Amino acid sequence: MIISEQKPLPEILKSLEGEQRIFLVGCKGCAEACHTGGEAQVLEMKQHLEEEGKTVVGYTVADFLCDKALVKFTLKAHEAAINSADSLLILTCGLGVQATAKVVDKVTHPGCNTINMGGARGEWRGEERCLECGECLLDYTGGICPLTACTKGLINGPCGGAKNGKCEFEPETRDCGWHLIYERLKKLNRLDKMRTVVTPKDYSKMQPPQQLRTTIMWALEREDKEEKEAIAK
Amino acid sequence: MNIAELAKSGKFVVTAEVGPPKGVDIEELLHDAELMRGRVDAINVTDQQSSVMRLGSLATCRLLKEKGLEPVFQTTCRDRNRIALQSDLLSAYVLGIENVLCLTGDFVALGDHPQAKPVFDLDSVSLLLAARELERGHDLTGNELKGAPHFCLGAVVTPGADPLEPQLIKMEKKVKVGAQFFQTQAVYEPEKFEEFMKAVAYLNVPVLVGIVMLRSAGMARFMNKNVAGVHVPDSLIEEMDQAENRAQKSVEIAARLIKEMKPMCQGVHIMAIGWEKKVPEVLDAAGL
Repeated sequence: MIISEQKPLPEILKSLEGEQRIFLVGCKGCAEACHTGGEAQVLEMKQHLEEEGKTVVGYTVADFLCDKALVKFTLKAHEAAINSADSLLILTCGLGVQATAKVVDKVTHPGCNTINMGGARGEWRGEERCLECGECLLDYTGGICPLTACTKGLINGPCGGAKNGKCEFEPETRDCGWHLIYERLKKLNRLDKMRTVVTPKDYSKMQPPQQLRTTIMWALEREDKEEKEAIAK
Repeated sequence: MNIAELAKSGKFVVTAEVGPPKGVDIEELLHDAELMRGRVDAINVTDQQSSVMRLGSLATCRLLKEKGLEPVFQTTCRDRNRIALQSDLLSAYVLGIENVLCLTGDFVALGDHPQAKPVFDLDSVSLLLAARELERGHDLTGNELKGAPHFCLGAVVTPGADPLEPQLIKMEKKVKVGAQFFQTQAVYEPEKFEEFMKAVAYLNVPVLVGIVMLRSAGMARFMNKNVAGVHVPDSLIEEMDQAENRAQKSVEIAARLIKEMKPMCQGVHIMAIGWEKKVPEVLDAAGL
């Protein structure tokens, strides 16, 4: 289980600036349980965006957006709509955003921040990594996480240590994360994203709230509680 | 005058670098720095270069300052979080150190304490940003300072990076947040450097071309294989290979490179890497 919370709407709208046609992606896994990216939240977001004058060209809610095979399969059914979109807004954890970025050559905006649980990790693990930093930067980086793809976790561009696109730390095997980000943004014609000065991260967001340290069943328990409250009414 | 003011005045700025010892015997470093007196405008002091634990840059800069030499405090984001970095910037100011070179820093695994926890809380861009915030009288979180410092902020760039564009984008960001001068990674190809200088002309910021003295043909080959963005052409490797007196040849090559690139940029930064005593010879041969 990965815990996410939706980014504030103004932040989402700012990331969609200059883009009219949006395709929404949610996930029936953790994001649905967290009420951040299930079908209900995707439809809510659709309404918000339409109220802001955006065109939502389509949406889908995948079973597990962290599983790239499923992502490919799910998005294939919406190929025409996705191709007609300026960008995708992904209402899931950082893994879902990165997995989608791997299979679609469109800008993938994170609509959520992934909340740190102090070490617990999700199922369906692929090569994507999410540190659950609580302040998702994937919007600046073409859907490739700079904290995990760059050995130093740099957020403002490459250091001087990459050679032939490889990191000096493991020059034979490890890609320079910022080389990947650069190539990706170039392909998407969004190198302007890389020119943004990203201010220092708020690492206090990586201290998991006590609630999340006590039980990984938190989201399910909340649902249970809400159900009980509803019955009591 | 600090480096930015010197460059503004139209002087071709000359800097060289010294590396603090691993230990407390500072005599040789002070002797090397003494040889540079009157010959260089400022002396960079490296910050635990190559992630090898050594005497600190800040203390060494102060020692140079006490001797009337102008230091450049190199500071990296590798070992200190934003609290320590901002504090060290304040410390530098009260110790009379004005020039600060802000770097990301090498990865810890490449040094002599590979087990250490890498920090990188800030990066080179946000370190520059932090220094500028301090100058405005508050820290990174906006808390007011009792007395604001003032700095001349520098940064680095690799003109030979391939692809170059990501480096240029980051350089632009560094200028945007307040870098007033640049010292570059080693350059051995003046033609390529000229192209680089044309590409960054719009930034209107002084660039001091980096010269790393070649110690041997083997060192050149090693750099070609392992150091990002550095390429020593075969012709130079051959020259080193065939030289009877390697030291003399090294001085000759460094001086030739400086003469060739002097018209293209605003200064030179000499990294002698162990041959600091030869810096005056290089400057003599380069006519500086």
